[in-house]
Amino acid sequence: MSMLLEIRDLKKGFGGVTATDGVNLSLTQGELHAIIGPNGAGKTTLISQLSGALRPDAGVILFKGGDITRRPAHKRARLGITRSFQITSLVMEMSVLDNVALAVQACDGHSFRFVKPARKISHLRERAQEVLAQVGLADRAALPAVELSHGEHRQLEIAVALATGAELMLLDEPMAGLGGEDSARMIDFLKGLKGERTILLIEHDMDAVFALADRISVLVYGRIIATGSPDEIRGNAEVRHAYLGEE
Amino acid sequence: MKSLDRTGWITVGVMLLLGVLPPFFYWIGNEFYLLLATRLVILAIAAVSLNLILGYGGMASFGHAAFVGIGAYAMGIPVYHEFYGGFSAAASTNGLFQLALSVGLSALFALITGAISLRTRGVYFIMITMAFAQMVFYLFQSLDEYGGDDGLVIEMRSELPWINLDHPLQMYLLSFVSLVVAMGVVHMIVNSRFGMVLRGAKGNDERLVTLGFNTYLYRLTAYVIAGAICGFAGWLTANFSTFVSPSMMGWGRSGELMFMVILGGAATALGPVLGAAAFILIEEILSSFTVYWHLPFGLMLIGVVLFARGGLLGMLQGRGRGK
Ligand SMILES: Nc1ncnc2c1ncn2[C@@H]1O[C@H](COP(=O)(O)OP(=O)(O)OP(=O)(O)O)[C@@H](O)[C@H]1O
Ligand SMILES: [Mg+2]
Repeated sequence: MSMLLEIRDLKKGFGGVTATDGVNLSLTQGELHAIIGPNGAGKTTLISQLSGALRPDAGVILFKGGDITRRPAHKRARLGITRSFQITSLVMEMSVLDNVALAVQACDGHSFRFVKPARKISHLRERAQEVLAQVGLADRAALPAVELSHGEHRQLEIAVALATGAELMLLDEPMAGLGGEDSARMIDFLKGLKGERTILLIEHDMDAVFALADRISVLVYGRIIATGSPDEIRGNAEVRHAYLGEE
Repeated sequence: MKSLDRTGWITVGVMLLLGVLPPFFYWIGNEFYLLLATRLVILAIAAVSLNLILGYGGMASFGHAAFVGIGAYAMGIPVYHEFYGGFSAAASTNGLFQLALSVGLSALFALITGAISLRTRGVYFIMITMAFAQMVFYLFQSLDEYGGDDGLVIEMRSELPWINLDHPLQMYLLSFVSLVVAMGVVHMIVNSRFGMVLRGAKGNDERLVTLGFNTYLYRLTAYVIAGAICGFAGWLTANFSTFVSPSMMGWGRSGELMFMVILGGAATALGPVLGAAAFILIEEILSSFTVYWHLPFGLMLIGVVLFARGGLLGMLQGRGRGK
């Protein structure tokens, strides 16, 4: 089995708070690995260190065997790591299609190209349309992103991450704030992605996690207290006590 | 031309008027309006260049007039040495040489100061761009050889093939064509892949970085292009007024350029031109009533910013675009 991502003894603190406290984790190619844990456990902080938005205090991050611990975020994206945000992060004043087309453009060579109108470059637009169709936003393409509903924003957030073509997708609570029906649709969608991409999924929705994950890690106070298959995690007494809230 | 929308038609219409009316006035013997329009058009070029970084790139540079000054001195100083000796390597009345110097030095200044300023955001960016501009202001103020505070009278306009800049109509037409080209270039840039990144980074920098764009480099590139275009406007200014002084690059002047962009309609092709026109008009009218014309002007600007987010162009389109 080849490791796509390896995290060794990662540490990050904010003043007095230790948000990441010696995390070790590896992801194999094609796996969907879920991270669960209570609020403030350090899940977002972990993702931010993987995407390059935050610098770890100590530890090593290897991607495809190469050390990326000190690489800036934009370079990691070029290597094939993308993330979605817990709080939707889009270019709100641009159209839905433009948002996705920018993501496609990002993996289509450098963008120091000044002459040809970007909106007339058919392979960018077509690929963006495809991705929008995939997440069910095709009929929203021309709207400014700001005019979408919350559920649609979450879908667009995933579409943008997907459109980069990145091998490794770090998804930070893609179902946050979604109602039952939207949530079910997102789960189906992520199921469809399984195997195609390697996914690190953070999610509070336990139904989603147990339905999707190949492996689950439980993060509490910045530490991973257990890693295993969904069944193993369900049966782990420590996890049930610390997180699933059962005595 | 079928693809033009309403804004496109307004833009073409206004530019046609601007191309035709001033020469017409000149032709019927009224030179004043031609000269006024020349000033307007040159200011508009500077505003168009600021719009690239302020309107499309979200970089609120409060030092943009420095590029006008650098461009203008880069035209005037070679003429000075041609006439009065000294520094013979730079002495020249060759317009193309001066032009290259104006554009090249402005771009270089933009590269150096931009590389530093663009490490900061928000108010810090405003302050640091203003500080760099003030440095240039004080530098030229201290250079007694070039007139210091009093400025430098330029003995001779740039010598160019085919064009005689002493002829007011030719001066105007060159400026007008330059404006059209500058607008075209900026329009092309902001719609290109580069432009999409620039505009995307204005809206959400973190998102663009996460996608894999080194937004700093894209901003810096835009900053250098804007500086170069504005240096060109400085070269025109020096030729138009045959005079250059530090007051051309004071922070007040930079503020006026910002006013023009915001007043006219930021991130639009025509906005800076309308802003420059409004500025010239207001200045002419208000200054004929009172020397304190900056006060009512400032109040008007605040009104525009508050009540018509799309600027003058937004009003022309018949809709306040504010949401
Ligand atoms: N930029 C920051 N500055 C200071 N403290 C921070 C910062 N970011 C996170 N923290 C703290 O680090 C801890 C972990 O936060 P993090 O956002 O990673 O948790 P999380 O597991 O994503 O929680 P949630 O489920 O609520 O999203 C929290 O105690 C939080 O207050
Ligand atoms: Mg979080």
